[in-house]
Amino acid sequence: MEKTIIKVGLASCGIAAGAQEVYDRLEAYLAENPLPVQLKQTACIGMCFEEPVVELSGMPQGSITLGKVDADNIIPLINEYIQGGTPASHVILAENCDAPRNELLASQQRIVLSNCGVIDPTSLEDYEAQGGYEALRKALAMTPEDIISVVKDAGLRGRGGAGFSTGVKWSFARVAPGDKKYVVCNADEGDPGAFMDRSVLEGDPHKIIEGMIIGALAIGADEGYIYCRAEYPLAVHHLNIAIQAATAKNYLGQDILGSGLNFTLKVKEGAGAFVCGEETALMHSIEGKRGMPTIRPPYPSESGLWELPTNINNVETWANIAWILLHGAEEFRKMGTKDSPGTKVFALAGKVAGSGLIEVPMGINIRDIIYKVGGGMKSHLPFKAVQLGGPSGGCIPESLLDTLVDYESINATGAIMGSGGIVVMDTGTCIVDVARYFLNFTQNESCGKCTFCRLGTLRMLEILTRITEGKGEMEDLKRLEDLAVNINKSSLCGLGQSAPNPVLTTLRYFRDEYIAHIEEKRCPAKVCSALLSYRIVEDKCIGCTLCARVCPVNCISGSVKNPHVIDQELCIRCGECFKACKFDAIVRE
Amino acid sequence: MHKDHVNLDALIYKYRDQKGALIPLLQEVQDLEGYLNPDTMRYISAKLDIPVAEIYGVATFYSMFRLKPQGKHIIRICKGTACHVSDVDAIKTALMDYLKLGQGEDTTQDFRFTLVEVACLGCCSLAPVIMIDDHTYGKLTPDAIAGILDKYAY
Repeated sequence: MEKTIIKVGLASCGIAAGAQEVYDRLEAYLAENPLPVQLKQTACIGMCFEEPVVELSGMPQGSITLGKVDADNIIPLINEYIQGGTPASHVILAENCDAPRNELLASQQRIVLSNCGVIDPTSLEDYEAQGGYEALRKALAMTPEDIISVVKDAGLRGRGGAGFSTGVKWSFARVAPGDKKYVVCNADEGDPGAFMDRSVLEGDPHKIIEGMIIGALAIGADEGYIYCRAEYPLAVHHLNIAIQAATAKNYLGQDILGSGLNFTLKVKEGAGAFVCGEETALMHSIEGKRGMPTIRPPYPSESGLWELPTNINNVETWANIAWILLHGAEEFRKMGTKDSPGTKVFALAGKVAGSGLIEVPMGINIRDIIYKVGGGMKSHLPFKAVQLGGPSGGCIPESLLDTLVDYESINATGAIMGSGGIVVMDTGTCIVDVARYFLNFTQNESCGKCTFCRLGTLRMLEILTRITEGKGEMEDLKRLEDLAVNINKSSLCGLGQSAPNPVLTTLRYFRDEYIAHIEEKRCPAKVCSALLSYRIVEDKCIGCTLCARVCPVNCISGSVKNPHVIDQELCIRCGECFKACKFDAIVRE
Repeated sequence: MHKDHVNLDALIYKYRDQKGALIPLLQEVQDLEGYLNPDTMRYISAKLDIPVAEIYGVATFYSMFRLKPQGKHIIRICKGTACHVSDVDAIKTALMDYLKLGQGEDTTQDFRFTLVEVACLGCCSLAPVIMIDDHTYGKLTPDAIAGILDKYAY
């Protein structure tokens, strides 16, 4: 009998959806019923909307992946597979037959995510079986200058958002004078709506470590840090396991694989400060200080961690390195565009059907990401906007959906590539509320060093709040634009410089919606509660009294089996009655 | 002065010679004592010869550090973009109601729960999301809150 392999996706999104219970149930079942089956864990294949996800392989019908399984249905499902069947109800991917998500995966090109959801992230052997650490062996036989030229020729650009050439950055650190140098991985993925780095850290930690070792060889560093958010406990856990395993096999440590070169790596946990994603702030945080940005130059490549030359790249950038070394610059350039070669990982979230993680070649357009790779809209409401780049980015309207995904084209819209968060919004989302949400975020996270960032964002937030409460005036739009220009000019770091972007892009593409809030005192998406009113339609109300019972301020009156009435003076517009009514008798205007 | 010197001294000893160790030290001290109290910060300052202002500066800069006693279980409400557009505010209201927390309060009277807002938990496709201790709960509805919190006995 063939041996069946069961892999359960145990990344934090899978666990949140119940994958741990599925795994535990399988483990208990297999302990009692010895079957020719091997139970393994893996991380996130990227199809978060189908979680919990389980992959079955080893039988003649080929490998299949099941979605939305639970602890109750998993046992019959695996038994069906072991007996040669394909449980049609839950199959999302299949090797040898049609399955609903086959095309979704086929439309992607996976370098960074190649092992995510495939290998057990806690197993070094699994990583090696996929060709892991071969790039390191290759790099050990090369000169540092040759390694840097391969990365330069590949045209890899920093995936953290700014898109600076990685090879050029490395060469600066390489030539900086000094014996002691550092490499750092920025895993402080703070953008709300972004989870690319979390999935790679959880799902394939060795890929990042291998990239960092190669980077350290290239610039001549013997010590490195991975600065990871403390909100990602599983990522920290998997990184520590991986570092220990790599050290035991001498991929890390002293005299790496007999080369005479040394490199040690540590994980530093963040402590909850968005600004620490900025490189100078991040380094101060590693030093144990308040994470406040400092002026550049000097750049980290000359004076970084403890004022020594430091090369800092983000998770996705590091995760590209081993592939580039192994396959060469020319192969890498076959993907993507001339100026933005390679692929980009995006985290799709919001009102899109296929929310999760995708990796696509640069140069694809945004429409294809949402409608082809992402499977279109989730809700019955039409598309309204897509938010790219988190609090530093912007909202792009339908008319610009054909914009190509490369650094220059996206910058031209006023948004930024950012780290890869894509939040899709439908017409039920209020654009002014979204702008206010982002300003509230950056205002909270401003470190307070620069006056324009500290106070300017607060003034902008006050104005936006006023508009959502129906107290705005047309002059406010001009005030917002003036503040935006000055905050951008007068802030030291990227947080402040880009903080106005969400407001500027929404003012540019959705100005009508601001005007509706100001002049008509109306929120077209029916989100801003101060601008809404609730009314009971007499014909539809059967007098069930439910609304009166849920109303927190007792402003609904009426007797049983008779139409009720809302006292508009007392109503606080919480919407509880609207949600509770089972007869559609309450209208929101 | 400080009552639990033995454990605290062990932590200080562990990090004494490491560079840049203040943040992990404070994190472990917080794990030990539940929060950073002024006496503890003064004690660390004297032991490590770091100005107390510097320690206080770090403790107040990062959102993970708490300067007040906190509950046994920490509930983190995700305020990320995807959660925001999925009405996480309704989840927050349900939590506040269940925990009987008034405006501006974050810890229950029996010190069972502390409620904090965090930037983004990175489980956006399961929005709205909360995290209790190290466990994430996704696709929440206000009605689901009571059932989840009941699992966390004092």
